[in-house]
Amino acid sequence: MATDVQTPVQAPLPPMSSTGFFRWMWRQLTSMRTALILLFLLALASIPGSILPQRGTNPVLVDQWITANPTTGPILDSLGFFDVFASPWFAAVYLLLFISLIGCVLPRLKVHWKAMRSQPPAAPRNLMRLDGEEFQVAQSPDQVLTRAQEYLKKNRWRVVRSGDDWVAAEKGYLRETGNLVFHFSFILVLIAIAYGGLFGWRGNVIIREGEGFSNTLTQYDAWGGGRMTSANDLPEFSFTLDDFNVEFERGNAQSGAPRLFEANVALTRQGEAQPNNVLIEVNHPMVIDSAKVFLVGHGYAPMFRILDSQGNLVFDDAVAFLPQDGNFTSTGVIKVPDGEPQLGFRGIFLPTSAVDEIRGPHSTFPAPDDPSVFMGAWFGDLGLDSGIPQSIYTLNVDSMEQIGLEALRPGEEWNLPGGKGTIEFTGFERWASFQIASDPGKEAALIGSFLAIAGLGLSLFVQRRRVWVKVSPASASGEGGQTTVQVAGIAKASGDDATESVEEIVAAVRGEQE
Amino acid sequence: MTNIGLAQASNNFVYASMFTLFLATIFFAIYYSAGRSKVAATKQLVNSAGEVITERGISKTRGEQEPGVKYANIAMSLTWLAAGILLVGVILRGLWAGRVPWGNMYEFSITSALGILAVFLVWSIKRDLRWLGIFITIPALLTLGMATTVLYTEAAQLVPALKSYWLVIHVLAAIICGGAFTVAAATAGLSLISDKGWITKIPSRDRLEKLTHRIVAFSFPLWTFAVVAGAIWAENAWGRYWGWDPKETWAFITWVVYAAYLHARSTAGWKHQKASVIALVGWLAFLINYFGVNIFVNSLHSYAGV
Ligand code: HEM
Repeated sequence: MATDVQTPVQAPLPPMSSTGFFRWMWRQLTSMRTALILLFLLALASIPGSILPQRGTNPVLVDQWITANPTTGPILDSLGFFDVFASPWFAAVYLLLFISLIGCVLPRLKVHWKAMRSQPPAAPRNLMRLDGEEFQVAQSPDQVLTRAQEYLKKNRWRVVRSGDDWVAAEKGYLRETGNLVFHFSFILVLIAIAYGGLFGWRGNVIIREGEGFSNTLTQYDAWGGGRMTSANDLPEFSFTLDDFNVEFERGNAQSGAPRLFEANVALTRQGEAQPNNVLIEVNHPMVIDSAKVFLVGHGYAPMFRILDSQGNLVFDDAVAFLPQDGNFTSTGVIKVPDGEPQLGFRGIFLPTSAVDEIRGPHSTFPAPDDPSVFMGAWFGDLGLDSGIPQSIYTLNVDSMEQIGLEALRPGEEWNLPGGKGTIEFTGFERWASFQIASDPGKEAALIGSFLAIAGLGLSLFVQRRRVWVKVSPASASGEGGQTTVQVAGIAKASGDDATESVEEIVAAVRGEQE
Repeated sequence: MTNIGLAQASNNFVYASMFTLFLATIFFAIYYSAGRSKVAATKQLVNSAGEVITERGISKTRGEQEPGVKYANIAMSLTWLAAGILLVGVILRGLWAGRVPWGNMYEFSITSALGILAVFLVWSIKRDLRWLGIFITIPALLTLGMATTVLYTEAAQLVPALKSYWLVIHVLAAIICGGAFTVAAATAGLSLISDKGWITKIPSRDRLEKLTHRIVAFSFPLWTFAVVAGAIWAENAWGRYWGWDPKETWAFITWVVYAAYLHARSTAGWKHQKASVIALVGWLAFLINYFGVNIFVNSLHSYAGV
C-alpha cells in the first residue's frame, strides 16, 4: 500500500533507546494515517470471506471446495481462508485497529475536556489573513462590540470580550463530543460482541409434528456455546410441535416460493403446570427469558415400516429427510441395526415427483402434490459398534452390500431381493427446524450502535467555528464612519468554512438583522 | 386478474420515465457541447496570438452568461418530470403487488433509480447542480435499463422472511444511501478529471471535493443506520444479528471504506485525489453488494427473486 506522504519532511527515524522506540511505535500506531491504512486492511481482509465458502456458515461447501482444488485448497485452509472472520490475521487487523482507536481517542478526550472549559482564544494580530470582511460604521467601538456580543450570545456562541478591542467567539463543541461518543460507542459495540461470543450459545434442532423438545444439551442436533457458557446456563423449558403450516406460491410469478410458514407449539416453562399455545413465525420468534426460539426451516419426514428376513417388525417410524433444493427434493437415510441382517437405506423423497435423464429423480414443486420415494437398500454391517459417532444423515456402506433400487408411492411395499426383508412407504409427516439462541450482548450492541449513530450525526453536522470581531477607530480618510470593524473566522473541519457565520455577524453589526 | 391493468400501467410509466430521462440526457449533452465550442473559440483566440478574435466566439458568449444554459434548464425540467413519472410507476407496482415495491431485484432497481434522481433533485433545490445532471441521468438510465431487461420479474407476494417493517426501514435507508453514494461518486470522479480541461462547466476541484465530502457525510450515518436496521431484522428472522453472510460482509466493507474516506479527508497527504479515489472505491463496494452478491453469490439475502 502506498504510504508516501506529500510533506517534504522525512519521517523521523526511530530512536535507539527502548523506551524511545516504544514511544515512537505508539505514535505511529495511533496516527491518523495508520488508522486509515488499518481500515483499508480490514476491508481487504473481509473480501475472501465473502468469496470463498466459510466453515461457520457452510462446512459442506468448504469440504467440496477443498476436494475440487487439491493443491490450493489445503494451502488456503491452513492459512485460515475458510474461516476468515476467526483467522489470526483478521484478528490481528482488528486488534491493531482497536488499540489504535483507544490510543487515539483517550488523549483526544483529555484535550477536548480542556477545550470545553476554556475561553475562545484572543484575536490573531492580522485578522484579515483569514476569511473575513472589513468595513466602517458610524457607531462607537463599544457599541459595535456590544452588538456583536449580544448577537453571538443569542446564537449560542461562547463569547469573550477584551475591553474595546475585540470579541472572540466559538461554537460547535458538540462536534468533537459527538466524534468521541462515536469512537467510544464503537468500542462498546466491540465489547458487546465479544461478551455475546463468550457468554452466548446457539443450538439447532429438528422436530417432527407431534414430537416434543426439552431444553437440554442432549436434545440438540447441533449446539455451540461461548467459552464461558455451560450446559447449566440453559433456561428450563419444553415444547411440543403441535402443528406446522406451510404454503407455497402457485401463481406463475416466483412459483414455489414460500408464502407462509408457521409453527403452533405448546410451551411449558419452568414451574408451569399447563402448557401455553404459542405461534412461531418467521420474524416472530418465541421469547423465553434470555433465549429466543426461531423457526428457521422445514422439510418432510417420510414414514416407513420395515420387516426383516424373519418377518419381524424392526422399524416403524418417520425419518426426517433434508431438503436439497427449493422444490424440496430431500435426502435421508434409515438404519435398521436390529434386523437380521442389519439393513441400511438411502432415500430421496420427492413431494412432487419427476424423473429425467439429466437430473434423475427430482421434485418440481415444494408442496406434496405427487409424493414418492426412491430407495436404495444395503445389507451387512452398519458399523454402529465401532465406537465412532455417526451422523444420522449419512450411511456408511464400507462393509455393506447393495441389494437394489426401487421407487415407491405412499402405501406401496418393496420386497427386498433375496428375501432380505420388506419395506413399506406408509406416508409422510412434516418437520420444522428451530434455532434456539441466547446472546446476552445484543442489547448493549444495539445501544452502542444507536449511540454511535447519534455521535456521528453530531460529529458530521455540527459546525465548529471560531470568529473574531475587531474594532479600531477609523483613520481620517475613512468614508462613512468613526469605527473600522474587522470580522473574520475559521472553521475546524475540512470541507467547512466560516464565510456564512462572518456574513451573519457583519449583518448583525451593521444592524441589518435583529 | 383485474390487477393486470395496474401491472401494465406500472410498466408503461417506467418506460415513459426512461424515455423522458433519455431526452433529459440529450439536452444535458447539448448543454455540455455548447460549452465545448466556447473552449474551441477561446483556444483559437490564444492560437492567433491575440490578434484575430473570432466573431463567433464573442457573439456566443455575449448575450448569455453561459452558453447552452437554456438546454440545461430544459434538461432539469425533464429530469423532474422523469422522476415524477417513475414515482407513479413505483407506486403502481406497489399497488399491484399489495405491499412495498421492494420484493425482488427488479423492484429494488426501479426504486433505486428513483433514489438516485431524488437525492440529486432535492439537492438541486438548494444549489445549482445543472453541471452534474448528465452524470446522474446516465446512471439512473442504466439502472432502469438493467431493471427492465435482465432483472424483470412479475410481481408476487413476499417470502415470509421479508415480511417485516424493519425491511421497509432498512431498504428505504439503503436506497437513499445508494442514491447519495452515486451522486458522491459522480462528484468524486469529476474532481479527479477537473484539472484536465475535458469538461468546462464543472466547479473547481476544491469545490467538487467539498461537495463529495458533504454528500458522504450525509450518507455515512444513514448507511450505518441501514446496516444496524438490517442487523435488527436479521436477529428477528434468523436468530443472529450478524453472521458474515456475503451481503452483510459487503455492507461492512462499504461502511469501512467510507469511514476510511472520512478519515482521509482529515489526514495530511490524503485529503484530495486519494480521498476521491476512496469515495469511488466505496461506491464500487456498494455496487458489488447490490448486483454482484444478489446475482452471483449464494447468500441468505439472495432469495428475493432476481
Ligand atoms: C475502528 C475504526 C474507526 C472507525 C470506524 C472510525 C470512524 C470515524 C468516522 C466515521 C469519522 C468521521 C467523523 C468526522 O469526519 O468528523 C471519524 C473521525 C475521526 N477519527 Fe475515526 N474511526 C476509527 C478509528 C480511528 C482511529 C484509530 C483514530 C486515531 C488515529 C481515529 C481518529 C479520528 C479523528 C481524529 C477523527 C476526526 C476527523 C475530523 O475531525 O474530521 N479514528 N472516525
